[in-house]
Amino acid sequence: MKAVLFGASKGMGRALARLMAARGDRLFLIGRATDDLERSARDLEIRGAPAPVKTAYCDLLAPESFAPALDQAERELQGFDTVVVTAGLFATQEELENDPQLAARVLAADFTGTVLFCEEARKRLLAVGGGTLCVFSSVAGERGRKPVILYGAAKAGLSQYLEGLDHKFRARGLRTVCVKPGFVKTGMTAGLKPPPFAGQPEAVARRVLRAIDRGRPEVYTPAAWRGVMCIIRNLPRFIMRKIEF
Amino acid sequence: MVDGLVLKSENLPAAAERATLSRGLGRSYGDSSLPAGADLPVADATLADRLLGFDPASGMLRAEAGASLFELNRVFLRRGWFVPVSPGTQFVTLGGMTASDVHGKNHHVDGCFGEHVRGLKLRLADGRIVECSDTCEPELFRATIGGMGLTGHVLEVEFPMRPIPSPWIWGESRRIEDLDLMVAGLKEAAREWPMTVGWIDCLARGAKLGRGILMKGRWARPDEAPEKPPPRKRRFRVPIQFPGIALCKPNMKAFNLAYYWKHIQRVRRGILHPDAFFYPLDALDDWNLIYGRRGFTQYQCVLPHADGNGPARRFLERFVSAGGMGFLCVIKDFGAEGKGMLSFPRPGMSIAMDFPIHPTKTPTLVDRLNELVIAEGGRIYLTKDTFTRPEHFRAMEPRLEAFNAVRRRWDPEVRIRSAQSVRLLGDPA
Repeated sequence: MKAVLFGASKGMGRALARLMAARGDRLFLIGRATDDLERSARDLEIRGAPAPVKTAYCDLLAPESFAPALDQAERELQGFDTVVVTAGLFATQEELENDPQLAARVLAADFTGTVLFCEEARKRLLAVGGGTLCVFSSVAGERGRKPVILYGAAKAGLSQYLEGLDHKFRARGLRTVCVKPGFVKTGMTAGLKPPPFAGQPEAVARRVLRAIDRGRPEVYTPAAWRGVMCIIRNLPRFIMRKIEF
Repeated sequence: MVDGLVLKSENLPAAAERATLSRGLGRSYGDSSLPAGADLPVADATLADRLLGFDPASGMLRAEAGASLFELNRVFLRRGWFVPVSPGTQFVTLGGMTASDVHGKNHHVDGCFGEHVRGLKLRLADGRIVECSDTCEPELFRATIGGMGLTGHVLEVEFPMRPIPSPWIWGESRRIEDLDLMVAGLKEAAREWPMTVGWIDCLARGAKLGRGILMKGRWARPDEAPEKPPPRKRRFRVPIQFPGIALCKPNMKAFNLAYYWKHIQRVRRGILHPDAFFYPLDALDDWNLIYGRRGFTQYQCVLPHADGNGPARRFLERFVSAGGMGFLCVIKDFGAEGKGMLSFPRPGMSIAMDFPIHPTKTPTLVDRLNELVIAEGGRIYLTKDTFTRPEHFRAMEPRLEAFNAVRRRWDPEVRIRSAQSVRLLGDPA
């Protein structure tokens, strides 16, 4: 597998990259902080990714960086068959309500930026006959909920977009994998109180890699969140107004 | 359980900026990784776990301080590399291994982990990020090794991994009838074996005092070892907190007796899984729950043994007479003292034991044991300590002044401190 990883220096992206490295996949890392990416590249080489693991600058808030980063990945890997997007921004509902500029950044990165990046990646994958586009959305996009109104709205749009891609392009070889993590204990969620069924990034990564290998269009992780969200989606509004979940 | 403010991030230098202490996986038995006060933030290093450089020719490895020994074993054991010194758990970070200057079954030949560390990157109390080693800021380097995290936040650690002939252990264990034979056995084994340790039934008295099992091991040669690498060990989880009654004296006696007589043959030899040899307790996740709500503590000391096995005998006699009931008691002969200014090991016999905490009896027991350790000229291991009095600690640590001087030089305002340093070194809470 030859994969471009966007956001592999942290959290679930880091865990997934390590699994891919351990089985010898060829990797190319893109992200905002290139010094930090270089450190992750060394980590992945030591863990088994064929050296050298190269990196390029790419920022969800700078759509002009998307094409050059993917061009460079194509050159370095001599073509790629997989693109994984774990990059994204997160802030609590309270922070977003109090800071419109932060809200603008989170909405722009998690929806507009991610979708435009996927458009760029999808075109390149389709041009070589297909491949896998794995993108981390969130269970926050499943229903309007009090603690994740703004973040959830961006993720809802993203999930919808990925489902559309799957319907339109699967027959032409593009396998879209929409990952919907529940609460996972990473640096992003450090400081938040973990609910029941909170997951570990390593376990999430194992499940996601299986989904990538099999081309499953949608994966909830930890698995228990599929059931949790099924219930949440079907709760009547008068209950959703009362609960704080 | 202590409530506190934990800062956890992949970016450890940034997390350390606001923190008054760094912690790793929190397996220290005592209060060394706990904050000096409930509102003082502690940086959790475990997400800063990247391997930054490995030279397959020399084995030299550089990694972020939160990298765990568990991860290193997963990555390197199959490829024929192992850390130069391993403690009795693999749920420990490189930063923690440095701060505790951990020792292992090979202490009599290889010393502590700190002897092998070539360089450290630290974030100091004033925000500077510095490299230190034997040649660059050597005093800071020596104070940080075994310095319980009090000199600065350890960010990166560099040390050589060691090539091993196979990832399996060739081990021999022997049932030993009493303390004299145990001490003699350890000393004799130290001459031929690179790794040795003894387990003692610390409830046996009289003629049976100090009976136990002596374990010896070395890395297996390729022709002895199975062809396959060691499989991932299944780990079991202790599902519930045990009630306090589970550790009443008859149960502890039964456990110790069973452990001793499980070794029904006098001698056993054979190939061992490295996890079973190095990390027997890691097979049981949350094993501390066995000790119930009050929890447990460990006491570990080293006693100089200029006059044979007298000190170890006096220690065990004191332990039994002071009403101690131990569960897992481990004995090990130490080699030379290391370079760490406050590093625990020194030549002599080290004894470590676990016991359940009793609110009134345990502090008294620790006092009685410490009095004996002071009289014998020994010292205790800070990583295991929760109950020692500051005056006792000062009495057994003539090196403390030198350590304090280095600390004052690099952190005059005592920004970096822990619950343990408040208790033992008189830091402000």
